[in-house]
Amino acid sequence: MRAKRGMMFDALYNALIAPFAEFDFMRRALVGSIALSLGAGPVGVFMMLRRMSLFGDAMAHAILPGAAIGFLVSGLSLGAMTLGGLAAGILVVLLAGLVTRNTALKEDASLAAFYLISLAAGVTIVSLKGSNIDLLHVLFGSILALDDMALMLLAGITTCTLLTLAVLYRPLVVECVDPGYLQSVSRAGGPTHLIFLVLVVMTLVGGFSALGTLLAVGIMMLPAASARFWASELDGMIVAATLTAILSSLIGLIVSYHSGLPTGPVIILSTGCLYAISLLFGPRGGLVTRFIPRVHLEA
Amino acid sequence: MIASPAKLPGSLPDSEIRFDDLTLGYDRHPAVHHLSGTIPGGSLLAIVGPNGAGKSTLLKGVAGALAPLNGRIEIGGTAETRPRIAYLPQLAALDRTFPISVADVVASGLWHNAGLFRRIGPRDTAAIDQALAAVGLAGFERRWIGSLSGGQFQRALFARLTLQDAPIILLDEPLNAVDDKTAADLLGLVKRWHGESRTIVAALHDLHVVRGLFPQTLLLAREAIAWGRTDDVLTPSNLTAARRMSEVFDEHAHECARNAA
Repeated sequence: MRAKRGMMFDALYNALIAPFAEFDFMRRALVGSIALSLGAGPVGVFMMLRRMSLFGDAMAHAILPGAAIGFLVSGLSLGAMTLGGLAAGILVVLLAGLVTRNTALKEDASLAAFYLISLAAGVTIVSLKGSNIDLLHVLFGSILALDDMALMLLAGITTCTLLTLAVLYRPLVVECVDPGYLQSVSRAGGPTHLIFLVLVVMTLVGGFSALGTLLAVGIMMLPAASARFWASELDGMIVAATLTAILSSLIGLIVSYHSGLPTGPVIILSTGCLYAISLLFGPRGGLVTRFIPRVHLEA
Repeated sequence: MIASPAKLPGSLPDSEIRFDDLTLGYDRHPAVHHLSGTIPGGSLLAIVGPNGAGKSTLLKGVAGALAPLNGRIEIGGTAETRPRIAYLPQLAALDRTFPISVADVVASGLWHNAGLFRRIGPRDTAAIDQALAAVGLAGFERRWIGSLSGGQFQRALFARLTLQDAPIILLDEPLNAVDDKTAADLLGLVKRWHGESRTIVAALHDLHVVRGLFPQTLLLAREAIAWGRTDDVLTPSNLTAARRMSEVFDEHAHECARNAA
């Protein structure tokens, strides 16, 4: 009996703990993905509530040429690629904002125009130097190769994001709920929107060293969409989204370690599984709750 | 913050609104045309007119959300003492799917006081509760904003207006789609604000309501048809004149010659 239980613990240990205990790169990947999740959770929730769920995708494409120029100048250097990505993302956000404010184009159309131009430029630049394999690195990340610099960068970006969100919380919420009202009592609306867009770009750029430019959006939007099924208030949603992101990083790392599948996509697939579970069983409007007959209340 | 001296009852000279040959519009087409006049501080003024008469446009202009094509809107006071304006647009663009409680929406009325960072303290909480009670929504604090009915939602917006504590209040069709009971309650609140010497300007359709509560009326049909005591303004001949106004923009309208004069 005792031996049997011991074997079970061993198996559990080998499955869940050993990868992290034995390998430095797994510990780094775990720390990096937790840092990423802490920032991506709340930012993703606000994006979902502002109906900007697809904005992240557009921006992920937009930061590509910046990263590509960084890559062109100094090879696979994280610092250069990150700076380039940030610069490209912020440039696209500002240009799109400028066009939206001064012409008849709505924000989505002007953004689509700029990110597509940006994407085409990015692919052209990458093809000037290097092979398709390098491009795959940029597109799908390399979370198992996070060095000190990359970890510091992720932690720094998350710290920055969370501090800014704390300061911005009130105007951001009021601007989401009733932009017309905020405009009538304060000039904070425009700057708030812009700073929030910069936060999105920063989180994406932080995510792309780990998960790649395209998949980084996944760790922002899938947990946010899942959280909607677990919490009905904003603070609860933010906590649920962050926990979902952390949990799916953990699951993704362990599964990819044992199966040998690429880590970034497996992490996002884990998030996808948690999303499917939330969709089915979440207490706030999950599909299953619709089929459980419940007697309505008296008042 | 230094406490301001108590307001003298019956006098808010700074909350006067003046229109000076005002033209407001969209794409150079006037929606309000060459309007001049003064709304004295403490007035309770109804703006009446057919659809497309420029009622909403005028309120938008006063609220500062639309720049004049011509002329000026002057609000009393100096640059430093400019009175705050509370503005309730016709279709409040409020996202009612956002996960926020009724109390938090109403609390955003304290913005002038709390701004970006100041804490909402116990005194503010008491004020929020009072405002909710005044509109008959006591006990709804923790309810999600999306769960309110149309009438309850309008009540919540009036609670927010109360907390805004503004010397000038602009209401655009505030009684649209609310039942009689709600309308009566909200009008009671308007009456109370009037008693507090605030300047109130409301665009309204229901002439019965206007005759019953509003001492002054502006009958607008792009231009002012009549402006003065409600009984003098809402005469059959004036109302007919207002209805004759055409709603459509003339695509090929000439430049207005009156600007040269």
